[in-house]
Amino acid sequence: MTDSAHHRHGFDNDTYKHLAVAVRELLVEKGVITEDELAAQMLRMDARGPEHGARMVARAWTDPDYKARMLADGSAAAEELGIAVDGTLLIVVENTAEVHNLFVCTLCSCYPRAILGLPPDWYKGAEYRKRVIREPRVVLEQFGAPVADNVEVRVHDSTADMRYLILPKRPAGTDGWTEEQLAKLVVRDSMIGVAQPLSAEALIAAAE
Amino acid sequence: MSRFAVGERVTVHDRDPAWEPRKPHLRTPYYIRGKTGAVERICGEFRNPEGLAYGEDGLPKQTLYRIRFDQAHVWPDYSGPAHDKVEIEIYEHWLEKTP
Repeated sequence: MTDSAHHRHGFDNDTYKHLAVAVRELLVEKGVITEDELAAQMLRMDARGPEHGARMVARAWTDPDYKARMLADGSAAAEELGIAVDGTLLIVVENTAEVHNLFVCTLCSCYPRAILGLPPDWYKGAEYRKRVIREPRVVLEQFGAPVADNVEVRVHDSTADMRYLILPKRPAGTDGWTEEQLAKLVVRDSMIGVAQPLSAEALIAAAE
Repeated sequence: MSRFAVGERVTVHDRDPAWEPRKPHLRTPYYIRGKTGAVERICGEFRNPEGLAYGEDGLPKQTLYRIRFDQAHVWPDYSGPAHDKVEIEIYEHWLEKTP
């Protein structure tokens, strides 16, 4: 919860914590949900993380047929790798020499949780949500990923039933790498579109 | 059956339902209301969140579109190049054909 949200509702953080606990206890007490269901759901949420998305990206970098299927139907491509996308539909957009994509949810904090896990705090914060839609290039620069003027910047606002995954450009110097090696380059923020994947040199240097 | 085709020019309704008797749960941000863009793709049919938010069934389902807009059109003071775009999901009942 951001500061601005607190002020808007006039509550502090503790109030929200107490409220959440009270609602949870009531739901269990009244038999709407069980403690076991709660625990199972928490395990399910914790099991989801950016490594799912990284596997999809690495597969797309090495298998042109998979990439074509992924760009046509992101949800089906996730499920093909055993990643369940429930409730929403996944759209994958590709970064190229001509177009750089990134996504945001200006209305709230819609995020491809099935593919990337829990969103980072800045993604849910008012500053990113307000600024990236109207000055994406300034925000990209602040993230250390400036985009040249001859490349089109395309912001995807995730306002309804779609979720997004950015397919970043494959870094140079990675010819012949395996999917497992490539997946290590695919950092979370590169799949949101606010960063580039790690460079081959950076990964090799980190391993040494 | 969707009312608009891919590539067709459409304009987002410029109404402010915050002042209507039942304040709705809106998935159409203010910044895009009244703006004109082109249908990028048709996403399918989904229950209307404006009903779902009130515990209703959200039926009839609404066709959901992704609309592509020029940033320079959406933000008159946009500082980036003219080819920059924003793409956003809009339900059919928020769109009208652009003459």
